[in-house]
Amino acid sequence: MIPDLGKYAGAVLGSYAAAAVLLGALVGLSLWQGARAKRALRDAETRGPRDDG
Amino acid sequence: MSFWKLANPSTFMRISGRLLPPVAVLSALCLLAGLVWGFFLTPDDYRQGSTVRIIYLHVPSAMMAINAWGMMLVASLIWLVRRHHVSALAARAAAPVGLTFTVLALITGALWGQPMWGTWWAWDPRLTSFLILALFYLGYIALWQAVEDPDTAADLTAVLCMVGSVFALLSRYAVNFWKQGLHQGASLSLDAEENVSDVFWQPLLLCIAGFILLFAALVLLRTRTEIRARRLAALRLREARA
Repeated sequence: MIPDLGKYAGAVLGSYAAAAVLLGALVGLSLWQGARAKRALRDAETRGPRDDG
Repeated sequence: MSFWKLANPSTFMRISGRLLPPVAVLSALCLLAGLVWGFFLTPDDYRQGSTVRIIYLHVPSAMMAINAWGMMLVASLIWLVRRHHVSALAARAAAPVGLTFTVLALITGALWGQPMWGTWWAWDPRLTSFLILALFYLGYIALWQAVEDPDTAADLTAVLCMVGSVFALLSRYAVNFWKQGLHQGASLSLDAEENVSDVFWQPLLLCIAGFILLFAALVLLRTRTEIRARRLAALRLREARA
């Protein structure tokens, strides 16, 4: 299934692995930060202004 | 609808919320199709052998590394001229995405360069200007983190973005300016003589479309996060004052 990459297999597969790691980390981090911000804002809005007095 | 209506955070959240899922799905489809086509279904190049498959990652990521900075420049100018907070936040949101594309272009370039040029790195005009662009991205992100007042941070980073644009332009045109170094000229050209062969060009176009859509999806997502974070900070400030 995988084409014969010959002596350049390391360079080609290394490039695809680097892309998977970098882009995967970026997408994962963005989703996680987005979900965390959404949850924190929802909690703050539900709680409303705190009455400390 | 006027473009400027997006400057309203509520309007931006409503419209981006609708746009984000289809843009993300389209991006995934283009990337999947382009990469599978390019990796499995295209032949080796007669000179570069199987390393030609790196083109499907290297060219789109390098292209988007420069274009991301261009988008940040436009958003920064909008902030400086019209003081729309969403544009400043969009520029901030785009920076880590642009940095990732720049690093990916540098890594894939090094992996491609080693077997073709016999070296991982050379102080070639395009490679060097790309490295400087990566450093500008890092500086831009660090400056946003370092300045506490968000409006001041937006002002300072906008100025930094304008300065960095020189290197973004250099990264694009370094090969044409200096006509020296190891790096080849543009892989994509309207001139059929210069352009890569159709067999590589078609999946490459799909990958480029995938990277553009991925950038758009991530910037929308991250700008939404920035707007929420800004709103949260405002709520907390109000709570603290109450």
